Amino acid sequence: MAELTYRDAVIRGIAQEMERDPDVVFLGEDIAKAGGVFKATVGLYEQFGPLRVRDTPISEQAILGAAMGAAMTGLKPIAEIMFSDFIAVCFDYIANEFPKSRYMTNGQTKCPLVVRTGNGAGSRFGAQHSQSVENWCMMIPGLKVVAPSSPADVIGLLAASVRDPDPVIFLEHKSLYPTKGEVPDGEIVDKLGTAKILRPGKDATILALALMVPRALAAAEKLAAEHGIDCEVIDVRSLVPLDTQTILGSVAKTHRAFSVEENPRLCGWGAEIMSIIADEAFYDLDGPLVRITTPHCPLPSADVLEDAILPNVDRIVERVSKTLNS
Amino acid sequence: MNDVARPANTALNDDIGEDVRLKLFETQVVIREAEQRAYDLFLQNLVKGTSHLSLGQEAVAAGFAVAMKPGDLSFCTYRGHAHTLARGVPVEKVLGELMGRDNGLMRGKGGSMHLTSEEHGVMGSYAIIGAHLPIACGAAWRAQYKGQKDVSVCFFGDGTTNIGAFHEALNFAAVWKLPVIFVCENNFYMEYTPIGDVTAVPHPAADRASAYGLERIVIDGNDADAVYREAMKAYDKARAGGGPSLIECLTYRHSGHSRADPAKYRPEGELERWKERDPIKIYRERLKQFGIADAQIEKIVSGVKATVDDATEKCKAAPIPPLDILTTDVYADGGWAWRN
Ligand SMILES: Cc1ncc(C[n+]2csc(CCOP(=O)(O)OP(=O)(O)O)c2C)c(N)n1
Ligand SMILES: [Mg+2]
Repeated sequence: MAELTYRDAVIRGIAQEMERDPDVVFLGEDIAKAGGVFKATVGLYEQFGPLRVRDTPISEQAILGAAMGAAMTGLKPIAEIMFSDFIAVCFDYIANEFPKSRYMTNGQTKCPLVVRTGNGAGSRFGAQHSQSVENWCMMIPGLKVVAPSSPADVIGLLAASVRDPDPVIFLEHKSLYPTKGEVPDGEIVDKLGTAKILRPGKDATILALALMVPRALAAAEKLAAEHGIDCEVIDVRSLVPLDTQTILGSVAKTHRAFSVEENPRLCGWGAEIMSIIADEAFYDLDGPLVRITTPHCPLPSADVLEDAILPNVDRIVERVSKTLNS
Repeated sequence: MNDVARPANTALNDDIGEDVRLKLFETQVVIREAEQRAYDLFLQNLVKGTSHLSLGQEAVAAGFAVAMKPGDLSFCTYRGHAHTLARGVPVEKVLGELMGRDNGLMRGKGGSMHLTSEEHGVMGSYAIIGAHLPIACGAAWRAQYKGQKDVSVCFFGDGTTNIGAFHEALNFAAVWKLPVIFVCENNFYMEYTPIGDVTAVPHPAADRASAYGLERIVIDGNDADAVYREAMKAYDKARAGGGPSLIECLTYRHSGHSRADPAKYRPEGELERWKERDPIKIYRERLKQFGIADAQIEKIVSGVKATVDDATEKCKAAPIPPLDILTTDVYADGGWAWRN
C-alpha cells in the first residue's frame, strides 16, 4: 500500500500497461516532453521514449483518427484529449467512427483504444473548459464510458480499459487530480461494468460519479449525524457497461434512490438509471426518484458562482433529508 | 486476329509491361460493368438507399490498386465501390451488399457507403467527409511503429480538401513522416457545386501541398498508366521512409453525384468532352498500341460481363439477411449488451 494522488495514479496506470504490452502507444497534445497540462503524464516520455509517447499538433481529429487507424491495424493506442470539452471538435470519431465500424462491417473491424480526457468543473475555467460530458458519450451504442473517482480506481479501470477490445472513453476528473488515496502495490486490474458500494446504508441509495462521489460520501456522513438517515453510497464508475444489478440490489434494500450528477440536467446519466429503476424496481420504491444535478445552464467561471452551480454536500443533504421526511 | 501482327516497335517490356497493362484494363472494366449494373439495379429499386458511382473514374482506382502490394491498405469514401472492386473483392459481394442481401460483404449491415473487406486490404468506406484521412494516418503510424512495410492509401474527392480533417491529416502525416498516400480524385464537383466556386485555389489538393512541405503533383486521372506510374513512385517513397504524398488526379464522373442524379448542374457539352477521354476508351487504344489483339481485349470484356451477370443473378436469388444479426457486433463480444 502506498498513498498516491489521482494524478500520479494516471501516470502509474499508463506506465503499467505500456510496460506490459509494447503495442500500447500514447499520443496527445503536450503529453510527452511537457508531461501534460495537468502533469498527469510526467515521466512517460522519458520512460518509454519518443516512438511510444508522442506529442501531436493541435489536431483533435487527427489524434482520434490516428488512434483509430492504429487500433484497427494492431496497436492499442491511448489518446489524450486535453479537456473533455474539446471532444466537440472531434466528435465525429466518438459518434460515427469508433463505435460504428465494427457493426457496419459485420464484425470485421476492431477498435481497441482508450480516449483519456480531463473532465469536469472546479477549476474556475469557465463554460468551455469545465463541462462534464459523459452523457455525450453514454448515448452512443458501441462505446464504453468510464469515470473513476479514486487513485486505485484510476489505475485499475485504466488497465481494464486498455485491455478492453472496445473503444473506451475514460473521463478523469480535473478536480480530483490532486486528491490522494491508498493504492495497493503491484499490478492493478479492475473490471469495467462494475459499480462499487462505498458506504453501506439502509435508508436511501445515493448514486454518484467522479467528483460527486466524495461529495455524496460527505453528505452521507452528515445525513447520518444530523438527520439519522443511513445512506448507501454507490460509485457508478462505469456508465457503459452499466452495473444495474448492484444498483437495483441496493434500491431493493433502501427503497429510495438519488443521483448526484455534475452534468447539466437534461438527459443526464441519472435519468437513464432512474428510468431503469422505475421500470424494473417500481414496487421496491417508497418515494420519488430524485436527481440532484447541475441546472440546465452553462458553467460560470468565478469561484463563488461555480461552487454554487454544482451539486454540493449541503444540497445533497437537503434534498435527501427533505425527500425522506416529507 | 491481330495475334500475329504485333508492331515491332512497341515496347511491351517497358516499365509497366503487358501483364500489368492487362490487369489495369481488366480492373477498369470490372468497375465499369459493376457500376453500370449497380445503376441499373438502383433504377429497378433493387438497390435501395443511395449509391455513388465511379463511372468515368475507373483509372484512378485501377492504377493505385494494381500498383499495390498485398498487405497495402485502402481507405475509401462512400464513393468506394470502385476501390473495393479494384482490390479484388468479388462483384457478387459488392452487389449483394448494395442490394441488402445476406451474401453481401457485410450482410447488409453497412450498405453501399461502407464497403469493407479487411481480408482484401479494404479498411473501410467512410461517409463522413474527411474522416478517413486521419484514420489512414493511424494505420500508417502502426506500420511505421512496427517496422512493417505496408502503405496506407486514402482516396477522397476534391470537395474533401475543404474540410478540417484534410488539413489536420496532411500536417500530421508530414510531421510524423508517415507511409500514407493521399489521393484526391478531382472530379470537379462536390456534390452539385463546381469545386472552383467554393475553393480558394484552382487545384484543390495540389495547391495545398506546399503548405505541408509536400511536392505539388497533378496527374491525368483518366490514364491508368499515368496513375500507375505515379502510384509506384509514391509507394516506393513511402516504403523507403520518405513520408506521405498528396496526388491530385484529374478525372470526371459520367454519372450524377449519387442515386439517379441527372447532373443538370453541369454545363452543356462538358460530359461529352470528358467522354472523349473515357479512361476505358483510352486504355483500349493503349493496349492496341502495344499490340494486344482485339480478340484478347474482347475476351476480357466478355469475361467480366459474364461475371457481373452471374453475380447479379446470384444476388437476386440470395436470401435477405436474417433478423438475428440485427444487434450483433456492436461490441467485441459479438453482442450489444450495455448493462448486466
Ligand atoms: C462532413 C460531411 N459533410 C457533408 C457531407 C455530404 N456530402 C456527401 S458527398 C459530398 C460531396 C463530396 O465531394 P468530393 O469530396 O468532391 O467527392 P465526390 O463525391 O466528388 O467523389 C458531400 C458534401 C458528408 N457526407 N459529410
Ligand atoms: Mg468531387
